[in-house]
Amino acid sequence: MMATRRRGPTRRQIVAGFFIGLGLLLISTTISRVGQADSTISKLAFGVPGPVVQAPTALSLLLIGSLFLVSGALALVPAARRVATWLLWASTVLIFPAVLIWAAAGKQTNVMTMISETLRLGTPIALGAMAGIWAERSGVINIAIEGMMLSGAAFGFAAFAFTGNIWVGVLTAVLVGGLMALIHATLAIQFKTDQIISGTVINILAIGVTGYLRRQFIVDSGGGRVTLPQVPIPLLSDIPILGPTLFNGKPIFYAMVTLVVLTHLVLFFTRWGLRTRAVGENPRAADTVGINVYRVRYTDVLISGMIAGLGGAWFSLETVGNFDDGMTAGKGFIALAAMIFGKWMPFGAFGGAMLFGYFEALQTRLQILKVEIGGAPVPVQFLQILPYVATMVVLAGLIGRAVGPAAAGKPYEK
Amino acid sequence: MAQAVEGPAPSPGPAGFREYYARYAPYLVPVFAVFTALVVGALMIGLTGGDWLAAYIGLWEGSFGTPVAIANTVVRATPFIIAGLAVAVAFKSGLFNIGAEGQLYAGSVCVVLVGTLLQLPPVFHIPVGIIAGAIGGAAWASIAGFLKARTGAHEVINTIMLNYIAIRLTDWLIKSKTPYLLGDPADPSSARTMYIAETMRLPGFRVSDTIVLHLGILIAFGLVFLVAWLLNRTTIGFELRTVGSNPSAARYAGMSVPRTIVLAMACAGALAGIGGAGEVMGVRYALSTDFFSGLGFDAIAVALLARANPIGIIFSGLLWGGLLTGARLMQVRAGLSIDVIKIVQALIIMFVAADQIVRFIYRIPQRSSAEETMISRGWGGG
Repeated sequence: MMATRRRGPTRRQIVAGFFIGLGLLLISTTISRVGQADSTISKLAFGVPGPVVQAPTALSLLLIGSLFLVSGALALVPAARRVATWLLWASTVLIFPAVLIWAAAGKQTNVMTMISETLRLGTPIALGAMAGIWAERSGVINIAIEGMMLSGAAFGFAAFAFTGNIWVGVLTAVLVGGLMALIHATLAIQFKTDQIISGTVINILAIGVTGYLRRQFIVDSGGGRVTLPQVPIPLLSDIPILGPTLFNGKPIFYAMVTLVVLTHLVLFFTRWGLRTRAVGENPRAADTVGINVYRVRYTDVLISGMIAGLGGAWFSLETVGNFDDGMTAGKGFIALAAMIFGKWMPFGAFGGAMLFGYFEALQTRLQILKVEIGGAPVPVQFLQILPYVATMVVLAGLIGRAVGPAAAGKPYEK
Repeated sequence: MAQAVEGPAPSPGPAGFREYYARYAPYLVPVFAVFTALVVGALMIGLTGGDWLAAYIGLWEGSFGTPVAIANTVVRATPFIIAGLAVAVAFKSGLFNIGAEGQLYAGSVCVVLVGTLLQLPPVFHIPVGIIAGAIGGAAWASIAGFLKARTGAHEVINTIMLNYIAIRLTDWLIKSKTPYLLGDPADPSSARTMYIAETMRLPGFRVSDTIVLHLGILIAFGLVFLVAWLLNRTTIGFELRTVGSNPSAARYAGMSVPRTIVLAMACAGALAGIGGAGEVMGVRYALSTDFFSGLGFDAIAVALLARANPIGIIFSGLLWGGLLTGARLMQVRAGLSIDVIKIVQALIIMFVAADQIVRFIYRIPQRSSAEETMISRGWGGG
C-alpha cells in the first residue's frame, strides 16, 4: 500500500545492528567466566539413550557471540556483501543452539525432545497457515481462522463426548470448520461484506457459540477424556534418534505434513490450483476466460475452513482431551503471520509455523530449566509473550518483505 | 383500456409510504438487525427446548424493567460506550482497532499506578487518573499505529497480539512476588492490584448493595460529544476522515498519512484507556486480569451497530449493557445459559455487518458501494 520508499535504516542494517548488539551482549557476559576452574557445562542430549554433547557454556557462547559480532560488522561493509550474507544466515541458524546452550547452563536438556515439541506445537499453526493460503490465494482474506479452529475444537469434542468415537469427533470438527467457512464465504463473496469485518463477526460468533455449547452440554458430559493415539510409522520409527522424533506422532500431525505437501502440489501443479491463483490475482481476467470466480472462491474458502476445523481438533482431541473457552489462544492469528512469513507458499508457511512452534516449545523448556536472568527467574509471563512478539516482528517485515495475492480483500463484482 | 396501458395513477397512501420507507428505512437498518437477531435467537432457544418468551421477558425486566436495573445497565454500558468510541475513531480513519482490550489494560495499569503512588485531593486526583489512563492507552495503541505507518504491518493482527501481550504483562505486574509490583500483599490469591486511593474514586449514588451509579456515564457522554466535535468540526477530524476514506487523495492534498495513522491510533487508545480508568476508578477500585476479557470485541460490536456514529454509540452501548445485565434474570426465569446472549449479540453484529441480508428481508434499497469504508487492504508487511 505504502509505495513510498522507507526512510531510515535499511533492513540489512537493522539485522546487522541486532547481531552486533547480541554479539556484544554475549561476549560481555561470558568473557569473565571463560577459563575459570569450575566452568559450567551445558549438556545437550540427542535422544534418551543417545549421545550427549558437553559444551562449556561460557566458551561456546563467547565463540558464537564473536561470530555474531563479526558477521554484523561485515554486513555494514559494502565490499564484503556476499561473505556477510552467508555469515548472517549462519548466525541466524546459530541462534537456536545458542539459546539452548544458554538455557541449559549447568543442566542437561534433550535436543530431540525440543525438536519433536516444536513439530507438535507448530502443527495447529501450520494447519491454520494452510487454511489461510487456500482462502487468500483465491482472493478472500480469512481472519476467521481463529474462530473456525475454536468451533472445530468445541464441536469436535462435543461429538466425541456424545458418540464416544474420537474419529467422529475429528470429522465433526472438520465439518463445523467448513460450516463456519460457509458463513464467511456467504458474507464475503455473496453479500460483499468487508472481509475483515466478516471474519471478525465469525470470531465473535465462535466465542459465543462455543461458550454456550460448553456450559450447556459439555460440562455435564464429564471432562478429561482420552486423546488421539500415537501412531508410530513402521520401520521409519525404528531409526535411532530420528525415528522417535519424526515418525512417532499423532494422526493430525501426519495430516498436517500431508496437507502441506498436498497444498503445494494442488496449487502449483493442477488446473484447480492455477484457477485459484488466477482468481486471487486477477478475477476479472479469470472471469473473461470462463472461470467461475464465485465457485472457485466458495470452494477454496470451504477447504480453508475445513483445514482450520482440523486444526481445532488438534487442541481438543489430539492434545488436551477436553474443551476450554478460548483454548486456541490466538493461534489462528499467529497462523496468518506464519503464512505471511512464508510469502503465501505452503513450504514457507510451514517453516514459519515451525518457527512459532519453536517459540512455544522454548517457553515450556525455559520454564522446566528454571532459567534465571540477573539472579531472578524469568517471569513465566515474559516467556508466554514470546510468540506474540515474534508475530509482530514478522509482520513488521523485518524477516522478509512479502506481497500477497493482488485481489485478496476485494469483493468481486461481476 | 387506455387507463391500463398508462398504468393507474399511484394512490397517495401506499406510494407515499413506500417513498418515505425507501428514504428513511436505511437509517433503521440497525434496529431491523437487532430485531432479526432477537427473532433468530428466539427460534434457537425454542429449538433447543427453552421458553423464549419467559427468557425475553426476563431479559427486559432485568435490563430496563426497574430503576435499579436501569442503573445497573447504565453502569455496565459505560465502558462499552467509551471503548466503542475508541473503535469508531479508528474506523473513521480507515483502521480496524481490535485492540481496545489491550488498551484498556494498558490505561488501567497507569491508573492504578497514579492511584496507589500519588496522594492528592480529589479535585486533582480524579483528572490525573483519567489522564493517566488516556496516556497509557494511547501509548499502547500507538505501537500498532507506528508499525502500520512505518512498515505497513496490518493493525488487525498487531492489535490482537498487543491484547495478549498486555494481558500477560498485567498478569505479571499483579502476580510478581519478588518484588511486589502492583499486586496486593494483603490479597492471598494475588488476583488483583492494590486498591486505589479514596481520593481517586469517582463519586456516585449508591443504588443498591452492589451498584454505584458513578460519574463515568457523564464522562462517557462528554467524550461522545468531544469525539463528534473532533471528527466533524476540526481540521484533525477532517484529516482523519480523509485518510480513512481516500488515502491517495489525502496524500495528494499534502496530509501526512503515516502521521495521521499514528494520531488516529493514539486517539483511539486514549479513549479506550479512559474507559479502563472509568472502570477502575468508578466500579472496581483495583485491577484484575479478567476485568476486560472480551470487551474489545464488544466495543467493535457497539461501534459497528452505531455505524461508527458517536451519538449512535450511546444507544448501542446502552443496548449492549442492557443485554448483559438482563441476561442474569433471563437465566433465572428460563434456565438458559448466559451465553445465549453472546450468541444473540453475535447475530446482531452479523446482521449489522452484512446489512445486505437485512436490507433484502425488509425491502430496503441496497447501499451504493461508495458509502462503504474498506478496511481489507491486504496484510502489508511490504
